[in-house]
Amino acid sequence: MGAQLRVYKRRIRAVTATKKITKAMEMIAASRIVKAQRKVAASMPYATELTRAVTAVATGSNTKHALTTEVEAPVRAAIVLITSDRGLAGGYSSNAIKQAERLTERLRGEGKEVDTYIVGRKGVAYFGFRERKVAESWTGFTDSPAYADAKRVAVPLIEAIQQDTAEGGVDELHIVYTEFVSMMTQSAVDGRMLPLSLDQAQEEDGTKGEILPLFDFEPSAEDVLDALLPRYVESRIYNALLQSAASEHAARRRAMKSATDNAGDLIKSLSRLANAARQAEITQEISEIVGGASAMADATAGSDK
Amino acid sequence: MAAELHVELVAADRNVWSGEATLVVARTTSGDIGVMPGHQPLLGVLESGPVTIRTSEGNTVVAAVHGGFISFADNKLSLLAEIAELADEIDVQRAERALERAKSEADAAAERRADVRLRAVTGH
Repeated sequence: MGAQLRVYKRRIRAVTATKKITKAMEMIAASRIVKAQRKVAASMPYATELTRAVTAVATGSNTKHALTTEVEAPVRAAIVLITSDRGLAGGYSSNAIKQAERLTERLRGEGKEVDTYIVGRKGVAYFGFRERKVAESWTGFTDSPAYADAKRVAVPLIEAIQQDTAEGGVDELHIVYTEFVSMMTQSAVDGRMLPLSLDQAQEEDGTKGEILPLFDFEPSAEDVLDALLPRYVESRIYNALLQSAASEHAARRRAMKSATDNAGDLIKSLSRLANAARQAEITQEISEIVGGASAMADATAGSDK
Repeated sequence: MAAELHVELVAADRNVWSGEATLVVARTTSGDIGVMPGHQPLLGVLESGPVTIRTSEGNTVVAAVHGGFISFADNKLSLLAEIAELADEIDVQRAERALERAKSEADAAAERRADVRLRAVTGH
């Protein structure tokens, strides 16, 4: 076998092995999307009921709570950025990071300091490489987040918002995550969690325009609101984590599908080249034989004379 | 037929139980509260404790609920809990082990959780 043919064969083998890996990753991601979507759906009843309850307290009573009223001159805002732990998911993490950068710019433009909280190894690496300050970060659960993970993320955020801004607390709480629109479309979005804007919260859960009855609060409206808001933040973070997980799997599936397709194309064009190389080798051998034979024939014919 | 109310027992990550009931008893921070059909709209903070639901077929469903809210309006009752388990889902031996471990480690919250679980199973 000729040297060139051998090189082509080796490359085909390498690409085939890569294709097998990407194909497997594509199929794993595809099966996980369904699971992640189911988890999003399962968390919806809780989120909807919770939003209804928050709306009921905030509208149904004259309670003024620090977490529902806007501060006149906000000094500091916190951003929670949700990225993935693993790569090979196309532009998934970088899109979310870009969205967070835009939001940071906007908030800075409004004269607020920005504290960044990060979920996912990719975001941590991005900020670490640029030596930028990260208030807190969590890794290791972006694939399939549990409610306990959302709770862990929420604890320092709730602490920060309850603290005075003079002592390092924050006035606003924003979240950047990747919304799962469909299998083909996922978009990085940002949203404000606190202070609560009721219209937006209702729109998101499809409870807008509902007229709520006058509730009897047990023990009191303030206490109920005090207990509700942390749960509300947790539930929003949980929902964002779940949607991001579904988006991550969808993005990875798409990236791996195009990698598999590319590998297929590469194998095809390499086999064409290998075939041409083999044929060239054969042609050369034949012409060598023919050339050799006619040289021999010429020689014999010459000696006969 | 007796009046009924619709009950949804929802945990953070799943729907635990839903159906029609005639009476629901839950523990709020200010004491046990019983809700029957036609109760006035109510929104309360739950303590960790057992929730008893008397279904319209006359059965009793008991669940261990750890923190959360009760809300009632338009004859619809929602029990929101971070963690909720039906009595038949609870693994008694595991709960007992958890209780002992919590006692030895003096973890009051874990001890209370395990205790609530066990009481939901035994019905006391």
